[in-house]
Amino acid sequence: MLSHGMKQTGNVSLHHLQSVILAVANPWVAMGILLLLAFFASYMNSLSWADLTYVLPATSLGYVLLALVAKFALHEQVSPLRWLGIALISGGVGFVAGGPALTSHSHHDAAREPEPARAAVSAGAER
Amino acid sequence: MSHVYTSVVSTWGGILVVVLASVVGDIFLARAMKQVGDVHALWGRAGLWTVVARVLSNSNFFLGVTAMAVAFFSLLFALSWGDVSLVAPAAASLTFIGNAFAAKIFLHEKVDRRRWIAAVLVAAGVGLLAG
Repeated sequence: MLSHGMKQTGNVSLHHLQSVILAVANPWVAMGILLLLAFFASYMNSLSWADLTYVLPATSLGYVLLALVAKFALHEQVSPLRWLGIALISGGVGFVAGGPALTSHSHHDAAREPEPARAAVSAGAER
Repeated sequence: MSHVYTSVVSTWGGILVVVLASVVGDIFLARAMKQVGDVHALWGRAGLWTVVARVLSNSNFFLGVTAMAVAFFSLLFALSWGDVSLVAPAAASLTFIGNAFAAKIFLHEKVDRRRWIAAVLVAAGVGLLAG
């Protein structure tokens, strides 16, 4: 997800500007960097209260959102194989979300769980 | 013939380096944040700057960020050696599998059957989507 964002911002900067220093001044690149930082901050926040094997599948929802944005906002073709990929990721996230978020510590409040994951995903999706 | 063989080896070698570096990075970052503790609670108790200071003074955090940087740049190298349609999905999906093993071994997380199934499903899905 991070590399995808970097690739997009990288392409944008190549189209509009030649130098790397000027590229940072490009609002698209600057916004990309800001959103990457937002993703990283919410990712670290999630890791502070949930297992890595719980957080990672949840962040993979970013791939699903990316495909949906490509389909409905950019009107790109989404092949059947990619729809299968979306279904597999959603199924996997559903599996892990049904279990406990943290090993060995006392159980966290279930109502709190979706919030940082969703923040991380939306930060990834807007790129 | 030998040229094809060399390019296959360098492509998969590059993918392996990317996967290893990003798994190491994730493990260190997860360990750092477990040491920092629940950010939400700490923020409420001691304020945002205490959270920032505690994260930035954690050596595991810097090891994790360094490994992530290595992963990023080795991904760029791997992409120049092999096809994007192979390198990107292979690196992304193998990272999920590698993380499940590493989290079990190094972080002692309880990776039960539910989480194994999730890791495999997500890895397969990401492999299809990123391709």
